Amino acid sequence: MLRYAVTRTGSLLLSLAVASLVIFAAIEVVPGDPAAFMLGLNAQADTVAALRDELGLNASLAERYFSWILGLLKGDLGTSYTYRSPVSEIVAERLVISLPLAGYALLLTMLVAFPAGIFAASRRGSAADVLVMGGTQLGVAIPNFWFAMIMVVIFAINLRWFSAGGFPGWDAGFLAAMKALTLPAIALALPQASILARVMRSALLDTLSSDYIRTARAKGLTKGQALRRHALRNAMIPVLTILGLQFSFLLAGAIIIENVFFLPGLGRLIFQAISQRDLIVVESVVMLLVFAVILVNFLVDLAYAWVDPRLRLRT
Amino acid sequence: MKHLIMATSVVAVLSSANAVSARDVTIGLQLEPPHLDPTSAAAGAIDQVLYSNVLEGLTRFSSDGSVVPGLAESWEVSEDGVIYTFALRDGVTFHDGTSFEAADVVFSLDRARGADSTNAQKGLFANIAGVQATDSQTVVITLDQPQGAFLFNLAWGDAVIVAPESIDDIKSTPIGTGAFRFEDWKQGDSIRLTRNDDYWGTPAQLDGATFKFISDPTAAFAAMMAEDIDAFYSYPAPENLAQFEADPRFTVLAGNTEGETIMAMNNKLPPFDNKLVRQAVSHAIDRAAIIDGAMFGYGTPIGSHFAPHNPAYVDLTGNSAYDPEKAKSLLTEAGYPNGFSTTLKLPPPSYARRGGEIIAAQLRAVGIEAEISNLEWAQWLEQAFKGYDFGLTIVSHTEPMDIGIYARPGYYFQYDNIDFQKLMTEFEVENDPDKRTAILQEAQTIISEDYVNAYLFQLALTSVVNAKLQGIWADAPTQAVDLTGVSWTD
Repeated sequence: MLRYAVTRTGSLLLSLAVASLVIFAAIEVVPGDPAAFMLGLNAQADTVAALRDELGLNASLAERYFSWILGLLKGDLGTSYTYRSPVSEIVAERLVISLPLAGYALLLTMLVAFPAGIFAASRRGSAADVLVMGGTQLGVAIPNFWFAMIMVVIFAINLRWFSAGGFPGWDAGFLAAMKALTLPAIALALPQASILARVMRSALLDTLSSDYIRTARAKGLTKGQALRRHALRNAMIPVLTILGLQFSFLLAGAIIIENVFFLPGLGRLIFQAISQRDLIVVESVVMLLVFAVILVNFLVDLAYAWVDPRLRLRT
Repeated sequence: MKHLIMATSVVAVLSSANAVSARDVTIGLQLEPPHLDPTSAAAGAIDQVLYSNVLEGLTRFSSDGSVVPGLAESWEVSEDGVIYTFALRDGVTFHDGTSFEAADVVFSLDRARGADSTNAQKGLFANIAGVQATDSQTVVITLDQPQGAFLFNLAWGDAVIVAPESIDDIKSTPIGTGAFRFEDWKQGDSIRLTRNDDYWGTPAQLDGATFKFISDPTAAFAAMMAEDIDAFYSYPAPENLAQFEADPRFTVLAGNTEGETIMAMNNKLPPFDNKLVRQAVSHAIDRAAIIDGAMFGYGTPIGSHFAPHNPAYVDLTGNSAYDPEKAKSLLTEAGYPNGFSTTLKLPPPSYARRGGEIIAAQLRAVGIEAEISNLEWAQWLEQAFKGYDFGLTIVSHTEPMDIGIYARPGYYFQYDNIDFQKLMTEFEVENDPDKRTAILQEAQTIISEDYVNAYLFQLALTSVVNAKLQGIWADAPTQAVDLTGVSWTD
């Protein structure tokens, strides 16, 4: 188990180093001077030069890359060009929305997908199976921003049960904050739950047809017992993989849903930063997300080993 | 039990929020300010939130665009027009309690025009030779040469007065003298202002105001319909306006802006260096179709780079009336009987993207193939504005009274006319209002008859406002949402 963890950590660090280079290069190559952008159409050339100087944009590429990496290693994400406040503070403010939202959506995803997947697998071919699978097909097909807008029309504009969007902040109270995240979480969870339910069902069906299940059934276990005691745990590997991917996606990929509900989350921060040429924010946040994705994958790898002891020995 | 307590406290918070909302207002804006210092960025969103509300200048714009006294109570101009003596208002304090004095004016103006200034409109102050405080309530500004627009320039958001002790934190905590004080900024979400009870002038009627930033037009529609916000300033989806007009809960305000929307032509790039070609392009464009198709009918046609609501405006739309046949014959005369191909670079605003599609079709009808490319602002600045790498592009020039850009040969459309430049130098130093008007009218005519750019329309400002709210400015003489006179009627 230790060796397994060590090799995994090594590949994690290597991935991070490569990612930092790619991110920096990609963002610096894209045209657009942050200083010129901020000062607009009437700015004089000397003013733009003064601002470039103030922002430290006149240093060479290599200097800027290394000062960025050194800062990252020390936990300093830099200072935003536009907001002029530390990137870490800005990100922390966004994370208090994005993390709970991703968690909330993931929870809804699992609450729907696990029972639905297990239910469909245990009644393979029945009308109930067809119904559940048809439902998930629809869930995957419906664009979630459209679904979000329909929910806004019904629950915010007509019924007035929810606000059309926005986030009151956690200081407005836990319930008020969770209420504001409910519609976005449902919108985010719908396609994810549909995908996960389908993966759950097919993984279970795979394991249910394997030899050890037949043996278990031969020993006298009922179909339900065999499913719960033997099949479920083995079917968890693909499910965990998808779940890990989904969490990363929910954390970073909620841009459209954040726009529909005007939530000040991470996705919207990146979107704004790109259009404002706030390079340092883009670089640091993307790097942070890469770190999060790699970390989640790392945890998923460890979780594989936990659900499947054979993986621990193999490395 | 714990849940119960939590639930009741939430209910208490919610109901108290409802109770004060009658004297409070929530304004929707599409763009969020990048930071809160109007004296070091071009972003209009900074002024929209802070101008007149939090930060004030020596002079200020009133709702009709005229310049009225601000922190300066009165002023005297010397005979030769180069010395301005400002008498400052008495008993004015900044929001942090310190008093406003002549030294603050000297500091603010010196900072704006200094060598390491990052003021986006540094040119406004270029003519200042010196700023002096003769006593704590008097400021004397000496100019290099007379400048007719000097008081106008001081009214800009880029010329507001800030205190030296608050300058380090101004980007996150602006401290001004206005009727509202800055309270809180939830980045990405909203900015909160509260009434300044120590205000020197007529106090605001609202207890406070929240500016909420909603960039997505559909979300803006939903937030307005659900009455989450009381007014959406410069509403981004004109296609919904008819629906709001029909709804008794809302009023739609349609007003003027200082935004001359033009299709700029690269005057140094062939074939646009040929006036006949530029004229042909201008005649190929049907402004009415663009205003109806891209702006849902909102917008006033213009024939030069000048705002129709300005008293010095001359209607020159006839110079470039829609006439595709004439456009074709002009192209033939210019040596392009079969037309030509060029680029049409479009920045993000909908006037450019939607208008661009229509214009490309209109140009195709006379044989000009305009290849559209959509750019982000930063890219546009780099390629078109700085790099002169464009044939055609569509931009709304939102600065007030900016016909002077045609006197800058290096400006992105590269119009270089020595007579026009001389005329503008004359205008700069002219103080007589009638002569100034005459010069402006001549200037409008020159660029219109030179077909420098294709002049499309004056950008309209359409805001959706709760019917019970009064005092929101319909016009935008500058990019400001002045809340000092806003109140609820119920």
